[in-house]
Order: sequence, then structure tokens, then C-alpha cells
Amino acid sequence: MPDVIPRKIATAVEEIFHEGGPVSSNPPRRAAILAVIANPFAGRYVEDIQPFMEDLKPLGLMMAKRLLAVLGGDPATIEGYGKGIIVGSAGELEHGALWHAPGGYAMREILGDAKAIVPSAKKVGGVGARLDVPVTHINAAYVRSHFDSMEVGLNDSPRAGEMVVVLVMTTGPRVHARAGGLAAADVKGEDGLR
Amino acid sequence: MSADIRKIAVWVEEIHSEAGRPVVPPTRKAVAVAVIVNPFAGRYVEDLTPLMDIGADLGALLGQRCVAALGIAPDQAQSYGKAAMVGEAGELEHAAALLHPKLGAPLRVAVGGGAALVPSSKKMGGPGQVLDVPLGHKDAAYVRSHFDGIEVRLNDAPRAGEIMVAVAVTDSGRPLARVGGLTHDQAEGKDGLR
Repeated sequence: MPDVIPRKIATAVEEIFHEGGPVSSNPPRRAAILAVIANPFAGRYVEDIQPFMEDLKPLGLMMAKRLLAVLGGDPATIEGYGKGIIVGSAGELEHGALWHAPGGYAMREILGDAKAIVPSAKKVGGVGARLDVPVTHINAAYVRSHFDSMEVGLNDSPRAGEMVVVLVMTTGPRVHARAGGLAAADVKGEDGLR
Repeated sequence: MSADIRKIAVWVEEIHSEAGRPVVPPTRKAVAVAVIVNPFAGRYVEDLTPLMDIGADLGALLGQRCVAALGIAPDQAQSYGKAAMVGEAGELEHAAALLHPKLGAPLRVAVGGGAALVPSSKKMGGPGQVLDVPLGHKDAAYVRSHFDGIEVRLNDAPRAGEIMVAVAVTDSGRPLARVGGLTHDQAEGKDGLR
């Protein structure tokens, strides 16, 4: 397969100072990177789609690097992550599943020894479709303060024959996290869960 | 009065190809948004001076955020725009107070000058609603290749007592611009029009 060349790349950063409560001394940030690429399987049924995962790896790495750069460049500051994909209407949901391995691999490669599974969301959608990308702690999926999400989308994407691949990273918990559960400070970080 | 900022978000888009043709160099647009507490929500206040002062602060802050996100020197900025969306407990006039009296001058400092009017839009709205920020060439409003816009939205803003204020900056015009008219290179930039 040829190199995966994006038609468009977009980044978004949110910095949350407060949500009606005390102003944070270390405002948490969420960032996303979106790449709009051609879907090589659009418009027809293809049985063997797995080779495309390998083609997506360089794109995933480039996206993970740029996403980290948007957040300042220090892997030690990243506490949460997530990924997602919107498949244009000439594709099928199964094409979205091809992003699991290259998207997750790319962020682990950049962040070093992240233990937890990268949560994900996928859907088929049209131009302007929004996707809520789930976010959890990078080392222990049960850390309750870091369960979060980031809504993303592009007014001109995905066109029918395209897909929008997304990575998200966060630098901290929800701004007024106080719902209890496992705290980030108590993570053992052995099994990716606790 | 300085702004009580709940949240800042910055969005960058790069277009690498359009209609199957490469766009070299890629066109790039940035938009920075501040979600502020509306000090006059829920009541009629005659004197809107505090919002005008907040507008000045946000012109500088958001203009600088856009330039930084594009990674350019201020005078490399080519077009700009501004917009505000007022939550339901406010009034449209609050957007006017933020945008028109004082926001432009510090924005022009942030983008290395700008003889042309800063195009603007305003509306009332709620969380998740789209705000379209118009874009025009910063030195010569008639530059046809740079008439554009960028969409912003935040799933959680503006709440009833909030206002979203957005500033957009680009370092380029539309991809594949070809409808004629005054060009970037022909602009004199003296009267703000041509």
C-alpha cells in the first residue's frame, strides 16, 4: 500500500481553569490531534484489511509526537489518553478497528512505559460528525479522577471516502475531581488496571 | 475588571490537499477561544465598560495564543477575525462590548499590525453550538483569496452565565484560491481596503 498522506491535520488544546469551583493551581489540559486520510477500502467490501494497520503506524507516530509537542513535549506530564476514529459513509465500522493497534502503539512508543489499555471509540459518520473520545489514566484504568473524554470533529470531514483518526492526551484529572475511587497517587501500575 | 476565564481552547487546522491536488505549502488557520464568566448575566446593566476592558485583555491573549500555535513570527500572520457567543442569561450587546471598542488594537499588536477591519460575528447560544468566525486579510480587506472562516465549538460552553470569545489568525489564504481579485502580493496595506 502507498504511504498514508493526510489531506488535513488539526490539533486542539483545552486548558481548564475552573468549572465553577476553586481555580486550579495547575490547570489540566486536554489535547487532540486529528488526521483526515483516504479510506483505501471505501465503496467496496475487502476481506483482508489488516495490512493497512502496518501502513498506519508511521502516521500514528507522527501524530503522537505532534500531540505531545502541543502539550509541551514532556512525556512525564501526560496522565491520560484515548483514541478514536470516524469512518466516512463509504466505509464500514470494521475499517475503524484498524486504528486500535497503530494508534495505541504510537502513544505507548512516545510515552514510554504506559501500562493501561488506551480506551477508544469508533463510528461511521458524515461531514461534521462529532466523536466523544474516551480518556483514562495511562497506567491504571481504574483511576477515577482521570475518567474523562474530549469531543472532536471537523466541519468538512470525513467525506464519504475518508476517515478521521484521532489521538487524545491529557495532563491531569478532571478539574474538580472529587468522586472518590482509586487515586492516581495510589496506583500500583503493575497490571494496567490498579 | 479582569476576565474570570474558566477555560481556554486553541484549535489549529492544516490543509495538505484539496480536490486531490496538493496544497504547498499547506494552508493553516488557528482559532483561540476563551470561556469567561459573564459579569452581567441575569440582569440589565447600562454601563458595559468592564466588558470592553476584558475585550482588550482577550484581544492580546487570544491573538498571542493563535500566533504561538501557528509557530510564526507575528508579522507572518495574513488574516484575522473575531467572534463571540453569549450564553442565554446574557444579551447580544455583551458580545458587542467585548468585540468592538477595544479588542482590535491589542490583537493588531499580537499579529504585527493590521490596517484592515477585523471581521466579526456574534450570536446568542448554548453549549455545543457552532460559532463561525469570519476571516479577512489583515492589511487589505479586499484581498479575495483570504475571505474565509473557521468554525469553533465547545461541547460544554457557553453555559447560561458565560461568554465564548474567539480570535482567529492564519498565515495563508484558502487552499487552491482561484476566483481572482486583489492578491496578497498586490496589497498595499495603507487604507485597510486595498
